[in-house]
Amino acid sequence: MKDKWIFLIFLLTFLAAYFIPFHQATVQNAINEAFMLLQDYAREHVLLCLIPAFFIAGAISVFVSKASVIKYFGAKAKKILSYSIASVSGTILAVCSCTVLPLFAGIYTRGAGIGPATAFLYSGPAINVLAIILTAKVLGYKLGLARAIGAIFFAVIIGLIMHLLFSKEEEKNREASDFAEEEEKEPRPLWKTTLYFAVMVAILVFINWGKSSPELKVWYFIYQAKWYIGAALLAVLAWMIFRWFKKEELKEWTFSTWVFTKQILPLLFAGVLVAGFLLGRPGHEGVIPSEWIVRLVGGNSLGANLFASVAGALMYFATLTEVPILQGLLGAGMGQGPALALLLAGPALSLPNMLVIRSVIGTKKTLAFIALVVIMATITGMIYGHFFA
Amino acid sequence: MEIRVLGPGCPRCQEVKKRTINALAELNVGADVQNVKDIKKISEYKVLGTPALVINGKVKASGRIPSPEDIKKWIQEEM
Repeated sequence: MKDKWIFLIFLLTFLAAYFIPFHQATVQNAINEAFMLLQDYAREHVLLCLIPAFFIAGAISVFVSKASVIKYFGAKAKKILSYSIASVSGTILAVCSCTVLPLFAGIYTRGAGIGPATAFLYSGPAINVLAIILTAKVLGYKLGLARAIGAIFFAVIIGLIMHLLFSKEEEKNREASDFAEEEEKEPRPLWKTTLYFAVMVAILVFINWGKSSPELKVWYFIYQAKWYIGAALLAVLAWMIFRWFKKEELKEWTFSTWVFTKQILPLLFAGVLVAGFLLGRPGHEGVIPSEWIVRLVGGNSLGANLFASVAGALMYFATLTEVPILQGLLGAGMGQGPALALLLAGPALSLPNMLVIRSVIGTKKTLAFIALVVIMATITGMIYGHFFA
Repeated sequence: MEIRVLGPGCPRCQEVKKRTINALAELNVGADVQNVKDIKKISEYKVLGTPALVINGKVKASGRIPSPEDIKKWIQEEM
């Protein structure tokens, strides 16, 4: 880190320590809320949700061959295939947001052009595996599912519109070229890799199985047996790891899991503290009064949805921090529709990454992309809010 | 020898650079090692994602953190 940034951090900390009125009851209460929310995350979400999710993310980055996915973005690939792959491949390609932009630039300059590239740019950060898991766990499976499905549809539609708008100038300056790299040799058959991932996801799903009323017999039975199911699956996973993987690969897996954890966890917990301080836990209040939130993004009006998507588009969310912030907002009275609008516009766009995108595709296309994301997020938010509020 | 580590500066890219420098030290080989952080320059290399390792203009690994043994092997190949 450069010294001037360290100095800036010192300066801000000093100003905060100097000016924040710590003796006031509201501030004291907000600090209390921040740590209560942190404890809530530590107790409810770390052991059963985040840790398994980090292992899955680590496994994805080591065992999923990127070459096999990216070849569908090449200049010679079929267009329909390009769009479908672009819209869903974010789940497995972009485990952290820092990989999305370089991949986007690569796909755009070498591959199938502006359409699939923007489709990937949009879907990547929104549907990465960690984000979906945590959204579903903390904000409820409805919002998690809406986020995933919304992001996939958005990606295709935005990609197609971008293609229609700009395909003419595309033709002129694009040379058909493909990716240079040879496909790596798979160390094990595809069905083994698939089964291995399926077992890991199943473990995550079953140990987080929610309680349901005893009338829903099957669901309730699964809930009662969830620890046994989890343990059995864990045994299967252990057998697979022991039989199918080399020691070297397992070392890489643990290592890359650790790298993700190191990168994401501190930011996530900082986000939790900030969200708790500003907005409080659901049902409690932080320093920002709930009426403000209700006035700005409560209900399901056009204004509320538009405000949520514009704010989401401008704000920078470090990977996963959008979840505690939304939890705070929802608890303070944000509507379900605006929440989805923010989730759909938020992770894909932020001021800093708009600048990077602009340097790759130019001002006009960047503005079109931003406008499309904001408009579609607003509309989708309204539709979702209308049906699920 | 010219070694380029491509990546916008995330921890995974720094790990690749660290491993490369360690490998060079173990083999006692000198090389020009540089980070390429600019997104546009990265995309000129035709890589499938970052972090990527390029030795003498050849893409050796992309989208993953290669093992120290692999890096040593590639360095020896390019000597």
